[in-house]
Amino acid sequence: MTVWVETDLCNGCKRCLKACPYGAVEMREGKAHILDKCTSCGACLEVCKQKAINTDMVPREIPDFSDRKGIWVFAEQREGKLSRVSLELLGKAQDLALSLDQEVSALLLGYKVSALSKTLIEHGADRVMLAQSKALEHYRTVAYTNVIQEIVSSYKPNILLMGATHIGRDLAPRVSRRIGVGLTADCTELSIDEEEGILLQTRPAFGGNVMATIANRYSRPQMATVRPGVMEILPKPGNRGEVIKCAVALKEKEIGTKLLEIVKEKKQGVSIGEAGVIVAGGRGVGSKEGMGALFSLAEAMGGEVAGTRIIVEEGWLPVDRQVGQTGQTVRPELYIACGISGAIQHRAGMLGSRYVVAINRDEGAPIFDVADWGIVGDLHEVVPRLVKAMNEIKSVRGA
Amino acid sequence: MKIIVLVKQVPDTTEVKLDPKTGNLIREGIESIINPDDRHALEAAVSIKETWGGKVKVLSMGPPQAIDAVSEAIGMGADSGILLTDRAFAGADTWATSSTLGKAIEKMGGYDIILCGRQAIDGDTAQIGPQVAEYLGISQVTYVSRIEEIKKKTMVVHRRLENGFEKVQCSLPALLTVIGEINSPRHPAVSGLLKACGEKAPITIWNAADIGAQAKDIGLEGSLTHVIKTFAPKFKRQGELIKADAEEAVGTLVSRFRENKLI
Repeated sequence: MTVWVETDLCNGCKRCLKACPYGAVEMREGKAHILDKCTSCGACLEVCKQKAINTDMVPREIPDFSDRKGIWVFAEQREGKLSRVSLELLGKAQDLALSLDQEVSALLLGYKVSALSKTLIEHGADRVMLAQSKALEHYRTVAYTNVIQEIVSSYKPNILLMGATHIGRDLAPRVSRRIGVGLTADCTELSIDEEEGILLQTRPAFGGNVMATIANRYSRPQMATVRPGVMEILPKPGNRGEVIKCAVALKEKEIGTKLLEIVKEKKQGVSIGEAGVIVAGGRGVGSKEGMGALFSLAEAMGGEVAGTRIIVEEGWLPVDRQVGQTGQTVRPELYIACGISGAIQHRAGMLGSRYVVAINRDEGAPIFDVADWGIVGDLHEVVPRLVKAMNEIKSVRGA
Repeated sequence: MKIIVLVKQVPDTTEVKLDPKTGNLIREGIESIINPDDRHALEAAVSIKETWGGKVKVLSMGPPQAIDAVSEAIGMGADSGILLTDRAFAGADTWATSSTLGKAIEKMGGYDIILCGRQAIDGDTAQIGPQVAEYLGISQVTYVSRIEEIKKKTMVVHRRLENGFEKVQCSLPALLTVIGEINSPRHPAVSGLLKACGEKAPITIWNAADIGAQAKDIGLEGSLTHVIKTFAPKFKRQGELIKADAEEAVGTLVSRFRENKLI
């Protein structure tokens, strides 16, 4: 299997260079040249207008999946409480269902959890596939996999989404391998390709430096896990849906794991993932004392304080307030970045914010590229004035 | 205990940048390292061996230069290593990769525990561990933060959750994916590195034919998912830059808040 360039036909337009996901095309004397690291993926063939790129690869046949219908969401619950990400996925699933003209189903496994069906329906599920058994009370990989395999193979959904939680990231790959389908991890964007009708799955790669869009053409359901906090919940009050009870046949012997104990560790107070307003600090804050003004602003706006990896490492904030690639992903209504330069690793954690304000002395800071409103100035002068303005507004309202 | 550790050589991604003109990755001049989580898996394997006895074998898939990762693993205390390298393996997604690793493990013979890192820093998928476990049909525990007890047919481990952990007993053989919290990896010993780089180094190289893999099951051809495009992250923002003294700038900002019903 090789890909080569007919140099006589190549006009040096570089489309192939841009299209190559592997960086395996290089320009040599104005002509495209395929390097050794080429994987024969064919991305360059599709974009070449000169038809200068050739391959001896036989095009792979895409099976007929027209009988595959429905967008399914794994409704993750722990101790009878639904994970927030399950509702977020139902929000996205409604979107996808509209594009495909298909229905949304929630896949609910557990023990005595039928009451959750109503919540799922009111968040967009047209149908709840309910599997209940004492053996499913707590999540266990093989138990859940066996049951999902049964249900998926009889109902043949088109798409199956799971939250990229510690459960979803354990379960999804096991299920995908079991039922013989591809899987894309930690997606931050999902959409339907208009021509092919397939699910386009976009995810960060290489530590968030690159976004990659991935397709799953050769198997169904198209499976993806989705980062929590990225998709929007779309409540559908008064929605009606049906509940289908699925039989569960599990043998304890086959499951292989036994849960001995669940140990909860207290969170240190804050949950920046839920905050509507986040005031975030970066290196520009200058000191631990400097964080004081940010806390005042958060208080005045009813929000939480967060920060970059650097200031967590400096010890100015605890780690549970860190936003970014190695911290949390947040999507508040308003994100106020104070003294943050806006490294890609940080941006990866806040790009879902509805509005972004950046306050920074350096006009060239990349944070301004992702801000709705940027103030070029010293945060130590700006923030206290903003606190004052907010408090005045509050007191007027209060009076 | 017969232990297999899955190791991946990865580019040090904190250094990876995108060429702003072409949108391609600039990989030149970037150092390759053993994936950080995999170092913890190696440490866990070697310390199990030190306590319970047994042998640690390392398995890696990658280009020929990934032999460095296998050598380093031997330096850390693994007894032998296998490198799967073949052009036919290139472009594999996690489906094709788990098929390849699964086949190789079957050829390697018996094992009690397979250890791997939770995820690799270049792909961040965390899928290979569970997919290999399913391929082999054995128990899996992911996000392992502690190994509490190992018996002949079972082991007890801690599995990290978002708000604590669970104590899980699993049957053997089992595959565990470990997180950084589990231990502090040792540095490779010079004597071990010398052994790994010597003429009689206990490293075997296998290609696709050696593990009996067919083209349709491996590499790009054997993959079920494909990258359609890569691009630098982009944002749609209003992008208004307010250049004024602090008092005036705050005034403008507050009116923007009002216009957008933020206050």
